[in-house]
Amino acid sequence: MGRMSVIEAPEATTPQEATVRDRADVARQVRLVVTFGLSTAILVYFALAIEDPQVTYILGERVTQEFRPKDLTTTWVSWLAIATSLVALVLAALDRYPRRGAGLALALLVGVMFYLGFLMWAYTDQAGAFQAAIANPIPGTMRIATPLVLGALAGCLCERAGVINIAIEGQFLAGAFFASVFSSIAFTSLAFIPLALVAPFGLLGGVLAGVGVAAMLGLFALRYQVNQVVLGVVLVAFASGLTSFLLGQIPGDRKATFNNPMILDEIRIPVLADIPLLGQALFEQTILVYLMFASVAFVTFLLFETRWGLRVRSVGEHPKAADTVGIKVNRVRWQAVLLGGVFAGLGGAYYTVGSTGAFDREVSAGTGFIALAAVIMGRWHPIGATFAAVFFGFMWNLQNQLSFVDKLPGELLGAAPYLATIIAVAGFVGRVRPPAADGEPYVKS
Amino acid sequence: MSDPTTTEKPVAPEPERPARSRAASSMQSWLPTVKDSVAAIVLALLVGAVLIMFSTPRVIESLSYFFSYPWDFFKFSGIAVFDGYSALVRGSVGSGSSLVRTIERAAPLICAGLGVTLAFRAGMFNIGAQGQMILGAVAAGYIGFHYDLPVGLHLLLALAGAIVLGGLWGGIAGFLKARTGAHEVITTIMLNYVGRFVILFFLGKETFQRPNSDNLLSPPVNDSATFPAVFGLHLGVLLAIVAALGIWWLLERSTWGFEIRAVGANPQAARTAGMSVSRVYITAMVVAGMLSGLAVSMMVLGRQDPLTDQIAGSVGFDAITVALLGRATPLGTVLAGLLFGALSAGGLTMQAAAGVPPELAQVLQALIVLFVAAPALVRGLFRLRGDGQAVGVEAKGWGG
Repeated sequence: MGRMSVIEAPEATTPQEATVRDRADVARQVRLVVTFGLSTAILVYFALAIEDPQVTYILGERVTQEFRPKDLTTTWVSWLAIATSLVALVLAALDRYPRRGAGLALALLVGVMFYLGFLMWAYTDQAGAFQAAIANPIPGTMRIATPLVLGALAGCLCERAGVINIAIEGQFLAGAFFASVFSSIAFTSLAFIPLALVAPFGLLGGVLAGVGVAAMLGLFALRYQVNQVVLGVVLVAFASGLTSFLLGQIPGDRKATFNNPMILDEIRIPVLADIPLLGQALFEQTILVYLMFASVAFVTFLLFETRWGLRVRSVGEHPKAADTVGIKVNRVRWQAVLLGGVFAGLGGAYYTVGSTGAFDREVSAGTGFIALAAVIMGRWHPIGATFAAVFFGFMWNLQNQLSFVDKLPGELLGAAPYLATIIAVAGFVGRVRPPAADGEPYVKS
Repeated sequence: MSDPTTTEKPVAPEPERPARSRAASSMQSWLPTVKDSVAAIVLALLVGAVLIMFSTPRVIESLSYFFSYPWDFFKFSGIAVFDGYSALVRGSVGSGSSLVRTIERAAPLICAGLGVTLAFRAGMFNIGAQGQMILGAVAAGYIGFHYDLPVGLHLLLALAGAIVLGGLWGGIAGFLKARTGAHEVITTIMLNYVGRFVILFFLGKETFQRPNSDNLLSPPVNDSATFPAVFGLHLGVLLAIVAALGIWWLLERSTWGFEIRAVGANPQAARTAGMSVSRVYITAMVVAGMLSGLAVSMMVLGRQDPLTDQIAGSVGFDAITVALLGRATPLGTVLAGLLFGALSAGGLTMQAAAGVPPELAQVLQALIVLFVAAPALVRGLFRLRGDGQAVGVEAKGWGG
């Protein structure tokens, strides 16, 4: 997505010198033409392959009394998608493709239209008796993206301060386990905690566990200067082993006491939740999703608008310079790592109190590594990482929704989010630059 | 990370000098490393002992009357810890069959670990052993059970299939990094997942389906495609030793190995010195993938494991830990692989004989690596004297 990866040639700023094109410009044009050419060709195939252009759709996430399936003739959608893609292709071929914001917006538009064109093809001509309806993808996307975004925020905070955090998966696992335990214990000791707070109390457990793993990360990375890549891998293995071990220690008859959490309720915000298409996705979610939105804003503000954020970024880029002006390098790094632990722990809590309930071995199933990939894809920026994580959530959700439709083999669908990431990273994100001092312990000389 | 001034001056290719100075200092640097490692293992076992104590119901019960009769607590704890660790030793090196199991488990770890090591030396973090192993397994399994070929040839072809396909899968990540700059951490993680769906796709096919089974499970390979066995130990494990020697020679004695180390140390300087950084990235990842393919061939062709989507188990990820524990050197990887193999084999016996949860072996592995990587901590606790400088893995940071 990020067209900013192309180095902007300084010549292109004035009209008469715009004819001077360096290799980066040519490469950009070739890439755009190939991308839009492919998307147009695929869309034409989709449009022509449709035999019976009738689908049903709902604006909600699933069919309910409120959301009855409505009929839709797909032909105009398919051809509109082709037209959009074609316009972008022509612009790119004539080297008139807009740069910066406008270019990004056009690329996004083509992406959305491609998605719609693909949906039309996927949902028409269904073989079975049951005809699946096109459903709103946004609520599911938001739910799936929540832990990824939170994990990616933790990664951003740590790595902007110069501490590599591969242990997000470990923080997820620990957070998930202790969220479940805390919520379960809170339920059995209802005398002290009101019922409505039992599930949110689990979040506290998740946060504490996330901070706990972060403290180990900080201790070994900052105090004992362990290689941080090694450390991250080890902490994941440690957290995975420890949570499985502790889970095995809960006797069968005590499962209800220790591993039977209450699940967070969805909170509906009265007026906003009625906005069509987006309302349900954004304003009828659990408190964890709202916390995720708040966290993105909070971390972005913290990193880029506050004095502390400037310090974090400076110890991540050039700790020596930061030290010279009197910033306590390791103290700032400690603060960033521990604060990151809060978000990663919240993300972990999603896997128990936020979704399915009881903890199981490896409940987060490697999503911590996906969050790590989102950090890198988002170029160590909280907003970029958030978009990368949402992109993942979207692809996963698409895979869930399309599993009801037999157009594509299940394995291809399953692999699609990962293939899409590889294509996105290789084709558009390209070379990324981590914070200059990422992973380097600072020793005052 | 890289000082801009270093990019100006080319690295003088003098492989002789560092080699000699390392030989000279090896006596001084070797002993503290061993001492630290042993101390780290002891410390990890101590923490493990505490976990064993608290996973034994009798010990927990004796805590309730600790203040009236503390002796019970210590007695039961002692018994539990002794039972657990003696079972660990018995299960790993105690008898011929347990020794066989240790080596059989260590060999794939060593091979896959060597792949991670090699990529590390080239400045890349290869998390993709898992996916490379899965693809290798598909090739080895398919050739192994689908064709009927003469004894020696069948084995060779299946082995070659595993190595080639593993190498290709690894090469994708290297190619993408070299050509587009896509970060290998992302691509290898994603390729692991894609690999899982690739094997699921094949397992859904008629050819791969074991007769009379509803599970996604392939038949085991034919006997003509298995490694010959001596005393119950398949001889594929010898290939792990050969691979370790080969990688050592490649890294320390060959021009290509010198290029790998140069690129790993400083890609800009290596480029300035006229090396093709792209080629090093691609070839290093291809060879890393080939080693993963070799690793999984020991499971498919050696132990005759049937193909499932879990064929690689946790070996792909443990390989990273093994390589890191071995400080990204071939010898270290072999030793670390043997240690992990022993812990994993002994962990089974510990569960069967002493009722210790199997996850304890995993916790022990993690703790050992953690303490080995933190010499300052271990030295502080054991009052060991050290040279004050940590020996780290070469690849620092993201290597971007």
